[in-house]
Amino acid sequence: MKIEVNGEAREGITTVIDAIAAVTEARRGIAAAVNGEVVPRSEWDRPLADGDAVEVLTATQGG
Amino acid sequence: MEPHPPGRGDTALTIAGKTFGSRLILGTGGAASHAQLAEAITASGTELVTVALRRVDPNASGSVLDVIEKCGVDLLPNTAGCFTAEQAVRTARLAREAFDTDWIKLEVIGDEDTLLPDPVELLDAAETLVRDGFTVLPYTSDDPVLARRLEDAGCAAVMPLAAPIGTGLGVRNPHNLALICEHANVPVICDAGIGTASDAALAMELGCSAVLLATAVTRAADPALMAAAMRDAVNAGRAARLAGRIPKRHLAKASSTFEGMADL
Repeated sequence: MKIEVNGEAREGITTVIDAIAAVTEARRGIAAAVNGEVVPRSEWDRPLADGDAVEVLTATQGG
Repeated sequence: MEPHPPGRGDTALTIAGKTFGSRLILGTGGAASHAQLAEAITASGTELVTVALRRVDPNASGSVLDVIEKCGVDLLPNTAGCFTAEQAVRTARLAREAFDTDWIKLEVIGDEDTLLPDPVELLDAAETLVRDGFTVLPYTSDDPVLARRLEDAGCAAVMPLAAPIGTGLGVRNPHNLALICEHANVPVICDAGIGTASDAALAMELGCSAVLLATAVTRAADPALMAAAMRDAVNAGRAARLAGRIPKRHLAKASSTFEGMADL
């Protein structure tokens, strides 16, 4: 199953939380979207489908 | 412009029922390091700082969230970089998940060169987010009609620009800013374009409730010193506004009396 996490293709990822863990150890201050739709924290164990694009976001300096 | 009623008493800045001891809001963009940012936050006396939402950088050392927590200030996420209402609404919803706040500095940019707001997309996004329960603080152009429309849409404040983001050009249209302040029933926060302390003071003298700035501090040669200058400028401008300035005159008016002049 091919999943894209923050624009990079990755293997072995089956849930949203897997995708998050692939790019960060942090859980606080993190948000995730699958195919542009926000996934609430309570649904991070949601399984992903082949071809899903996951965005894992956090705070950065900004005006 | 109506003269402001005189009086020493001032009330605290209140946005959506939350009270702030400082009328300066600091953007965190542009700081050279987290340590420098922390110094600037502390020196500014601010109680509210903005952050952007971006992809996790696996190589980042430390987080701006740690700086904010250490400084004991509140966080205001923004939708910087969004060009459509849809993008901005999605970003706001992600920010709410990430930071557990329904406050959002709404930015919807309409032009890459000037970074001026797209008024149509901005109003559209504001209406959606207000319906969605957000406390919306929109970054807007200095258009009094748009400011009123944003207020009517239920925004908790309006944040007209002094000048385009990052230009440091200061208040380009003081008349429009004063008109917005005169008519608004929500706090008016001058956002973007401030270059130095006198710009911030002028925005406050014109009637703004607060000033939001980032670049002027974070890219100053000495960010902490400029942050302190901005703190003082905002306080001075606010006091001058409350004090009620003298009218401008065409000709001189002696402050020393001519009565009792010696016959020399």
